Amino acid sequence: MIQADLNIILPEILLAVYAMLALVFAVYTGKDKLAPMLTWLTAVVFVLVGAWIGMTGSGENVAFNGMFHDDGFSRFAKVAILFSAAAVLVMGQDYMSRRGMLRFEYPMLITLAAVGMMVMVSAGDLMALYMGLELQSLALYVVASLRRDSVKSTEAGMKYFVLGALSSGLLLYGSSLVYGFAGTTNFAGVIEAAGHDHTPLGLLFGLTFVTAGLAFKVSAVPFHMWTPDVYEGSPTPVTAFFATAPKIAAMGLLARVLHDAFGGVVGDWQQIIALLSVLSMFLGAVAAIGQRNIKRLMAYSSIAHMGYALMGLAAGTAFGVQAMLVYMAIYVTMNIGTFAFILSMEKDGQPVTDITALNMYAKREPAKALAMLVLLFSLAGVPPLVGFFGKFYVLKAAYEAGLAWLAVLGVVASVIGAFYYLRIVYFMYFGEEGEALDKGRSSVQYVFLMVSAAVMLLGVVNLFGIEGVAQAASVALVN
Amino acid sequence: MIGLEHYLGVAATLFVIGIFGLFLNRKNVIILLMSIELILLSVNINLVAFSSFLGDLVGQVFTLFVLTVAAAEAAIGLAILVSFFRNRGTIAVEDVNVMKG
Repeated sequence: MIQADLNIILPEILLAVYAMLALVFAVYTGKDKLAPMLTWLTAVVFVLVGAWIGMTGSGENVAFNGMFHDDGFSRFAKVAILFSAAAVLVMGQDYMSRRGMLRFEYPMLITLAAVGMMVMVSAGDLMALYMGLELQSLALYVVASLRRDSVKSTEAGMKYFVLGALSSGLLLYGSSLVYGFAGTTNFAGVIEAAGHDHTPLGLLFGLTFVTAGLAFKVSAVPFHMWTPDVYEGSPTPVTAFFATAPKIAAMGLLARVLHDAFGGVVGDWQQIIALLSVLSMFLGAVAAIGQRNIKRLMAYSSIAHMGYALMGLAAGTAFGVQAMLVYMAIYVTMNIGTFAFILSMEKDGQPVTDITALNMYAKREPAKALAMLVLLFSLAGVPPLVGFFGKFYVLKAAYEAGLAWLAVLGVVASVIGAFYYLRIVYFMYFGEEGEALDKGRSSVQYVFLMVSAAVMLLGVVNLFGIEGVAQAASVALVN
Repeated sequence: MIGLEHYLGVAATLFVIGIFGLFLNRKNVIILLMSIELILLSVNINLVAFSSFLGDLVGQVFTLFVLTVAAAEAAIGLAILVSFFRNRGTIAVEDVNVMKG
């Protein structure tokens, strides 16, 4: 019995044990000298575990009396989380070691955060949900303030901590209400209590609090206020991490709670999610217009993108979940490329985040400028590129679910949002002559930028078959 | 006779006090940490009250998890606070403003 359960969570156990062993090993031996090696090793471990989960996993396995679900949906999310975390680790390694920030704790904290995220997307119980979420959050608070000697980084960590703890509090209060009115913390039990015609009012209160707590984690408006400051203040590789893996995990968790625990009352949460979606899309599009700092701009961009992903969820159908998964996979790929570019922006060895520094960038480095142009067009959702298909998917899901108004508002917001992406393109190609940025030093970042841009171009053929995988994943969740 | 609703009432009051403490406090970051603890403790009261009312132990197990995580969270919060204080020389909430959101 316990043996079978342990087999199901073997990937999580392996990663957690790896993190602790590597931590102890590094403390007793080379300390920070080992950090670059550990970073690469961790990335390799992530890729191996991700490939293992993706290749061998099959069917639906439930462990620990329904606390932990290993199904197609969680495997899709886990593979995306592990691969994107590995990519971010590798691409930030050079940036961090040159600035003396690469401590051996960094890859280990990222590993523990990844374990937390894997538990989140597999959670089948309010307790598992909470423990996974906290394991992820506690590690992320620390990496946000990784640069201990910088006011900005510690301030970012502090803001993230206070608002993250508040969101955990909201989520827990909601969980306690759900427990009280459903009589169980298990999702399978909650869905029975919430499925009848007369759902207890307390359960709906609980649902609202839980949704609000999770909306903090996906940084949906009106719970987004931490995002721009944390993105700006954290070291850039950490920002790149925040923009990728935790977003997939939080969206996956939200989808799981809404469908596994509250799948019987779709009408009740549909309005909440639709409202969060509209507000996020519009605030993300409008507030980014005034931003000069590219990290803040990416923060608003991620808020807007979360709005689109939520639109898929708002549909409340299996196709909606599929659209959300496809959107998240595309979003993460684009963001990895974009952050590879941002990491390579520096002048005299110092990182630059002002977008006006990109003036006439295309003249000096045409290849990188072209790749960035492709990525920005894709982020904006310009038709021939992959980013457009992501948006098309969620719009279609919303339309088919009878939320035509939501789809129309989504199109309007995407047109507004295109402005600030295109402004960066304008600076790169037609800006005034300014001081040149340094040539990029890291070939790893260059490779990630180019591969990501190539994916945006070549993916139009068949989206690399991700649709079928996402469909299988969504059917596993919604049934 | 003290019933379930009295416990829920106390917990809801503590929760609201905690939320207001987070938003209205302009003085000191330590008060933010105290407010967060208050929110988590109100949740614990809720869980234990429901657990005893339902005659189901799961709520009390949940409470133990929450207590443990709250301790870890407080430790991390204080650690971040100390490194912030070293850089900025103050822990007033008004001074957490290098970046304007």
